[in-house]
Amino acid sequence: MNFSRKALIGIPYVWLLVLFLVPFLIVFKISLSDYAISIPPYTPTLDTTNGWWAGIRELWAGWDFENFVFLTQDDLYWKAYLSSLKIAVIATLLTLLVGFPIAYGMASAPPEWRTSLLMLVILPFWTSFLIRVYAWIGILSNEGFLNQFLMWTGITSEPLVILNTDWAVYIGIVYTYLPFMVLPIYSSLEKLDESLIEAALDLGCTRIGAFWSVTIHLAKPGVIAGSFLVFIPTLGEFVIPSLLGGSKTLMIGKVLWEEFFSNRDWPVAAAVAVILLMILIVPIVLFQQNQQKQREAAK
Amino acid sequence: MNNAQFAPWEDPAAKPLIEFKGVTKNYGTFTAIDNIDLKIYPREFFALLGPSGCGKTTLMRMLGGFETVTKGSITIDGEDMAGIPPNKRAVNMMFQSYALFPHLSVADNLAFGLKRSDMPKSEIQGRVEEMLRLVKLQKFAGRKPHQLSGGQKQRVALARALAKAPKLLLLDEPLGALDKKLRQETQFELMDIQEKTGTTFVIVTHDQEEAMTVASRIAVMDDGKLVQVDTPDRIYEAPNSVYVADFIGDVNIIEGGVSNVSGEAAELSWSEGKPAIKGVSGERIQKGSSGAFAIRPEKIAISRDKPVDVHNCVQGVVEDIAYLGNMSTYYVRLDNGSLIKAQTANSRRIARRGLTWEDSVWLSWTDTAGIILPT
Ligand SMILES: Nc1ncnc2c1ncn2[C@@H]1O[C@H](COP(=O)(O)OP(=O)(O)OP(=O)(O)O)[C@@H](O)[C@H]1O
Ligand SMILES: [Mg+2]
Repeated sequence: MNFSRKALIGIPYVWLLVLFLVPFLIVFKISLSDYAISIPPYTPTLDTTNGWWAGIRELWAGWDFENFVFLTQDDLYWKAYLSSLKIAVIATLLTLLVGFPIAYGMASAPPEWRTSLLMLVILPFWTSFLIRVYAWIGILSNEGFLNQFLMWTGITSEPLVILNTDWAVYIGIVYTYLPFMVLPIYSSLEKLDESLIEAALDLGCTRIGAFWSVTIHLAKPGVIAGSFLVFIPTLGEFVIPSLLGGSKTLMIGKVLWEEFFSNRDWPVAAAVAVILLMILIVPIVLFQQNQQKQREAAK
Repeated sequence: MNNAQFAPWEDPAAKPLIEFKGVTKNYGTFTAIDNIDLKIYPREFFALLGPSGCGKTTLMRMLGGFETVTKGSITIDGEDMAGIPPNKRAVNMMFQSYALFPHLSVADNLAFGLKRSDMPKSEIQGRVEEMLRLVKLQKFAGRKPHQLSGGQKQRVALARALAKAPKLLLLDEPLGALDKKLRQETQFELMDIQEKTGTTFVIVTHDQEEAMTVASRIAVMDDGKLVQVDTPDRIYEAPNSVYVADFIGDVNIIEGGVSNVSGEAAELSWSEGKPAIKGVSGERIQKGSSGAFAIRPEKIAISRDKPVDVHNCVQGVVEDIAYLGNMSTYYVRLDNGSLIKAQTANSRRIARRGLTWEDSVWLSWTDTAGIILPT
């Protein structure tokens, strides 16, 4: 391998090193420190007045896993992790439930329509995410469009309380992450050869049978990819639960934010972040494996 | 297969497996299949032949149940197929694209249809193995389709379509993707399998040679219509129209007027002051109407001297010679300007005569060598 080739391959690694590994190590370092009323709000910090070597030894001596132990003692934290996992799993399933039919519809549409449909799915991304979430407040609140509409049609007489409940969080997540689900499923369904369905029918499947034994199977890589693309960011989601969710909606992203900005307890916040990352490593690795398998199958 | 014993189409009492009655298929205002009547008999190897877009695939897909019939009816084994979905028909199709399920192994592809039939679970494995043996793919049972070569995929597709032992197997250009050698091998394999399993095959092909090789009967289609349905040798020897004569194999066409028809024989006057050509009378020709004489190049003899005792002989000049190994084709320009192809085996007798460019020659043929067709 010549030098330029090596350099080219090196770029993504340098990128990862600078923008992921270094920040992670800094956060990890903070998570091993202790809370202090100072700037920055933790000790020990590297003090080189007695020379580098002494400073590093002092730093090393000051580090411990106290914050991680603390996380296991206060049940707020593991409850928040569990609740985040639960919300992420349910939200992913809901997104799949909504996204699959959309992707299927798009893939079965006449080819000349598909680009426009694709545009419609991507279009919301061109406006600010925050504005769209605020818009949902306007829709879901007690005096919001949805309730006004429901009461106008007479379906309900009392406004439904949706905003500031877990329901609003689910709606927000499904809405926000829908394209991440639709696009990979669409791309796997679009490649599906119509004659495969006909072959299944020919070999004795009913239409529904052909859907289950062929369409679903061939959409699987897309479904898996889409699910991870929704699940991974949802697990640490902060904006949606804090704007749409209620005080009872417990998510680790919110806990992290409060620990960091309200309590200014950087070391505990850093420990929460490190654990969150470790939890995320599992689905990220699985996602990578799925992508790898797909690439091999495509060969 | 083209032996005298197997000819159910000549037996009025024979019960057809498939019967098309006045079948028409419209796509919007476009007529893809135009009022077709056709009977196909059990154990036949029936070939649909015709130019691109003439409606072969459409006809096939109507049999499979993938297209509805606009007008008329299709019966299979006496049962009207209207409204019967593909999964309820004792018909299997081998798709042009093979349509193998990419997520299933070869064995699972073969078992796919069996699992959805009423075959007991215990017998499926055995049937799959039998099919693998039939197409000589035992070693590949565990492979996924993307790990197979084109020819292997094609054999899996064939085995899968045969696994359920359908009454009728539809093959849409099954050998289109294969090179010539593999193609010929597979043609014989197909015929072998067809004879072994006794399944009725309907095959679509672009390739007239292929149709001639494999089929018990050939239907030549044009523009949604059946032009001629007959055995390969009849299609070749006794085409019913200039279209068929021209479509199948090499042919010389001489146009003129039908000057005489008497039973099996007819005469065509084609050039002023020249004796009329004698030939076999084709279907539907009438004295006085226009006609065309069709003759295969290999039925024409070529000589330097005027042959004696032969009625049909014309004079011309050798314009080009193509050597095809054991055969030579001579392109001879007649006085009236038309170009005639004559083909002869390169026996020593002829070679010694040393016919060459610009030689003046005589072409001759017997009274039954060519056919006079209506135009
Ligand atoms: N779904 C459809 N809608 C409209 N027209 C169609 C449709 N399917 C086929 N046709 C038309 O019907 C005619 C017959 O098509 P078909 O596919 O049967 O041809 P073919 O004989 O199989 O040709 P080829 O040898 O190229 O496969 C063509 O002119 C085609 O354009
Ligand atoms: Mg076709």
